Amino acid sequence: MMNPCLHNRSDPTHEHLLHRLYALQQQFLHISPESMHQVATEFNLPVSQVASVVAFYSFFHTQPCGRFHILFSNCTSCGYLEDGQNLMQMLCQQLQITPGKTRKDGLVSIDETSCIGMCDQGASLLINGVPVTRLNPDKIAQIAHLITAETALAYWPKAWFAVNDVVHKRSLLLTAHFLAGSALQKALIHGTDETLATVMQSDLCGRGGAGFNTGEKWQLCREASGNAHYVVCNADEGEPGTFKDRFLLRSQADAMFEGMTLCAFVTGAEKGFVYLRGEYRYLLPHLHSVLNQRRQQGLLGQHILGHATFNFDIEIVVGAGAYICGEESALIESLEGKPGIPRIRPPFPVTHGYLGQPTVINNVETLIAAAHIILQDGAWFRAIGTEKSAGSKILSVSGDCRLPGIYEYPFGVSIQQVLDDCGAQNVQAVQIGGPSGTLVGRTDFNCRTCFEDLSTAGSFLVFGQQRNLLAINRNFARFFAHESCGFCTPCRVGTQLLKNNLDKIADGRGTSQDLVEIKQLSHLLQRHSHCGLGHTAANHILDSLQRFPQTFEANLKQHFTASFDLDKALENARQITQRNDAAAHLD
Amino acid sequence: MQTIHDTIIIDGQEIPFTKGQTIMDAALAARVYIPHLCHYPGLTPSGNCRLCTVDIGSKSVAACITPAAAGQEISNNTSALNDARKSITQMLFVEGDHICPSCEKTGNCKLQAMGYYLGMLDEHFPQFYQHREVDASHARILLDRGRCILCDLCVRASREVDKKNVFAIAGRGTEAHLIVNSSTGKLADSNIEPGDLAANICPVGAILIKEQGYQVPIGQRIYDQHTIQETGLQENSVKKNDD
Ligand SMILES: Cc1cc2nc3c(=O)[nH]c(=O)nc-3n(C[C@H](O)[C@H](O)[C@H](O)COP(=O)(O)O)c2cc1C
Ligand code: SF4
Ligand code: SF4
Repeated sequence: MMNPCLHNRSDPTHEHLLHRLYALQQQFLHISPESMHQVATEFNLPVSQVASVVAFYSFFHTQPCGRFHILFSNCTSCGYLEDGQNLMQMLCQQLQITPGKTRKDGLVSIDETSCIGMCDQGASLLINGVPVTRLNPDKIAQIAHLITAETALAYWPKAWFAVNDVVHKRSLLLTAHFLAGSALQKALIHGTDETLATVMQSDLCGRGGAGFNTGEKWQLCREASGNAHYVVCNADEGEPGTFKDRFLLRSQADAMFEGMTLCAFVTGAEKGFVYLRGEYRYLLPHLHSVLNQRRQQGLLGQHILGHATFNFDIEIVVGAGAYICGEESALIESLEGKPGIPRIRPPFPVTHGYLGQPTVINNVETLIAAAHIILQDGAWFRAIGTEKSAGSKILSVSGDCRLPGIYEYPFGVSIQQVLDDCGAQNVQAVQIGGPSGTLVGRTDFNCRTCFEDLSTAGSFLVFGQQRNLLAINRNFARFFAHESCGFCTPCRVGTQLLKNNLDKIADGRGTSQDLVEIKQLSHLLQRHSHCGLGHTAANHILDSLQRFPQTFEANLKQHFTASFDLDKALENARQITQRNDAAAHLD
Repeated sequence: MQTIHDTIIIDGQEIPFTKGQTIMDAALAARVYIPHLCHYPGLTPSGNCRLCTVDIGSKSVAACITPAAAGQEISNNTSALNDARKSITQMLFVEGDHICPSCEKTGNCKLQAMGYYLGMLDEHFPQFYQHREVDASHARILLDRGRCILCDLCVRASREVDKKNVFAIAGRGTEAHLIVNSSTGKLADSNIEPGDLAANICPVGAILIKEQGYQVPIGQRIYDQHTIQETGLQENSVKKNDD
């Protein structure tokens, strides 16, 4: 059964709505009202649904982008502020362009975007969707030249596009050998019950953040009744500072697809999706080739490994720039061709997921771990880690350290150990689990990364002494204000208010009342928001208030200060009246 | 069919519920008021305004979308929750342009009434002053997005009751805004009619029927005479009689 909302019925390839819009955006450099109407007709959807999808995702534009469309990451690790230099501003100046506005000749447009997952690759950007890493002023100048000369990307230096994965520490998953099909063969011999039991015995818990027991999730889905069951791999990896899934998608795609297939075997699903973040679109050819290979090997498709009733295949759906689509119910909405607005939970996806049917959603790393576990056994995994956190965890380490990259440790490794291993010195603070996680200072470096202590989906951002924590907090606050889906009042308005409040403090206009204010707002978001984004969006502020009070206090005014700059506020009036003489200014 | 009654406890009061009811349903049926703006009896609940957030132990949940479960001990009318509700109401005020004295809806506006109910004396937060379009294209119905609180009621009313699907919300974060499902995006080119629920359900002055704004003089309007608590409970019993 094909749902008319998702797939273009007139097209035999059943293109996904997001893919159709992407294709139009590629062709016309934007999605015009005519295109929206056309798509609405093709997909038999109300035009308002198409319009709301276009408006929701950052990578869709209703105004034409440049033929070279550049998005600088604004992450604290792979962002455009490098060693006190503003690389984006530099390129904008050289190309005479304002960020967010396409140049008049239509050649180029430049804007910023949330973390693109290149945090171990230096300052990075996406040009027409492809990452360019290790930016520096020199490269920026060369980019400006190439663009001015209208040199096609195919003729740009190949090395610029290199994403070099460096693994500094290996534990269970990154040392074990995995042969495509080996875990499936074993599962087929042992049957679904025993396969599920193996996952249960391993105590594997989700690697995507929430840490739900994976075996239990599979079992709940398997027991739920429905017309069909689905398996979804969450490869949205949007948490700034996280890039371990990028690495895993590149190096362990086979194990990941096999994990999905095993989950299908256990739950009875016949269809699986990988939801890949738009920023990782460049990985698509690789992933498709692994999928095709698996089909040829009889590991996907009809009668998998000759098993009469075991049919399963996988489709990759590429997102379009929305952090919230990592949240599982928003992800499902997006899969269904809608804006990524988190659903009401319960019911949870295990019973009411994709198209309202029982659905398992697991993180990339979780599925890879599951494949290894089924190939080895539960005890192999359970043997390392801590009491409540079995196995190993893959960390994405970046920021102020000598050796950024991929680190796999048994769960429970101390922060100090990681800092020692990655060559971080004079560390001021570490952000564990990304902006939505926990900010810790020196006194907490003995804490351990595991579910019972400091839980993390893998982001490990190191901040040296020279870093301005207020700037970091502002960066995070901007991130959440930009990524809030806008559904619920506390998060939609609250993230904006927090951002404005931090800007005000940084501007030197904050007073002690502002600290009371941001604290109250933070608590309101934590308790009253609809989903995990809002619940965690103010964690960094509360952590900073508690552990680094100086961050904000040092910038406060002791006495009454106007909350805004009166002269600046007159700017609008000056523009309207086209005046800029002395009398149009306050002293 | 026999209905099995269980009970939940709201602020110490035992309240019966039937399976499938939310905390909000059960509370309203028992004439216990939980402040709300985006909930309307008979429409699928959404959970976007968050005014109905209540506490169950250490957890906070939105009453309109949380199933009632036997034995839940719920706090509703507490000063901490009402303070938070006041902040949320203030957020809605500063996000849009709510200049009550110059608005046709004054006195009949639920946002304003919520402000009264929660003892809101100022807007507290700085104004956003956002640019949002007015759509005056329709002969009988006005859409002023500046006053929209994104409660989604018109969207649901049009889809579920009028069966027309005239509205949708588009855009992320503070860029979220109401759009019209028509070839031009204008109300005039949609099939909305003044008698539709979608044209009349707006809690604020964002969707107005033209040429009747001042038929009832200020001073004699709904919230000049009633609290939102009274009308909120009334709405529910009217709905029940309809059923
Ligand atoms: C705002 C938000 C963003 C999230 N982003 C991701 C993500 O990028 N990848 C991911 O695996 N899980 C993400 N999650 C967690 C998912 O909702 C879900 O718990 C997870 O995919 C389940 O897989 P697991 O059990 O294997 O961890 C996010 C959650 C929230 C609230
Ligand atoms: S908390 Fe934020 S991201 Fe989540 S539903 Fe509310 S507005 Fe959307
Ligand atoms: S127009 Fe009115 S009913 Fe519709 S979403 Fe806005 S405030 Fe709600």
